[in-house]
Amino acid sequence: MKEIIETGTDELYAHLNKEAEEAGYHLNPDVEHAKNLVSGMLVNEKRYGYRACPCRLATGDKDDDLDIICPCDYRDQDVEEYGACYCGLYVSESVIEGEKNVAPMPERRKPLEERKRREQMPATISSLPFPMWRCRVCGYLCARDGPPGVCPICKAKAERFERFM
Amino acid sequence: MTMVHIQGEDKGNIVLYALSTCVWCKKTKKLLTELGVDFHYVYVDLLEEDEKEKILDVMKIHNPVCSFPTLVIDDKTCIIGYNEGRIREVLGK
Ligand code: SF4
Repeated sequence: MKEIIETGTDELYAHLNKEAEEAGYHLNPDVEHAKNLVSGMLVNEKRYGYRACPCRLATGDKDDDLDIICPCDYRDQDVEEYGACYCGLYVSESVIEGEKNVAPMPERRKPLEERKRREQMPATISSLPFPMWRCRVCGYLCARDGPPGVCPICKAKAERFERFM
Repeated sequence: MTMVHIQGEDKGNIVLYALSTCVWCKKTKKLLTELGVDFHYVYVDLLEEDEKEKILDVMKIHNPVCSFPTLVIDDKTCIIGYNEGRIREVLGK
């Protein structure tokens, strides 16, 4: 099978790899596997305008797809539980060390209606001097007027933050 | 329907629902090709909206979450995700 690799794949791969290592994440040591995914992400970026997860069906509506813009909201939990994210782009330390293999995993993402329902849960009213913002990707919390432009831990954009308290 | 037919040994009606960007789908397709079985596949992400809806409705019967790859054999056995062992077992390969 001839693979069509998008232009820019090597550059984006290098960038993501650097970013991952700096933040304590790891890309899959199977470089071909990882680059295939990066290529798919670039295809999706062209198609939808954002890097939707290559192994999931995006709708093309950014609001509905926000949770699956890479890195998705499910990465950290899947890496912890199964040793890799759903696509296998990110893997855990123990997989890198060869102590654990990547296990096949179920889709953690809930259907659209269920996700919507969860979002409508009212935020807790508080008397804190600043609101709290939570990064949906890595769980980073901060107290400030608005979310930071990018998450200092996982580099997710401001739009991935939710009001936490 | 925009199913692509790959000719091979008849092991029943094998349908692979896949995404063109998904590595696990790619691996599943490669495995089926290597096993030399006859199968049909469709890249759901490349379909027009109305056709996509139709295919997803069929997919939902077998895999309500509609995740990829979904492999359906003879309309009754469904293998979700790239599970080499299970695919080989079901196809007796
Ligand atoms: S982090 Fe999430 S979106 Fe990114 S490749 Fe992995 S599963 Fe897909």
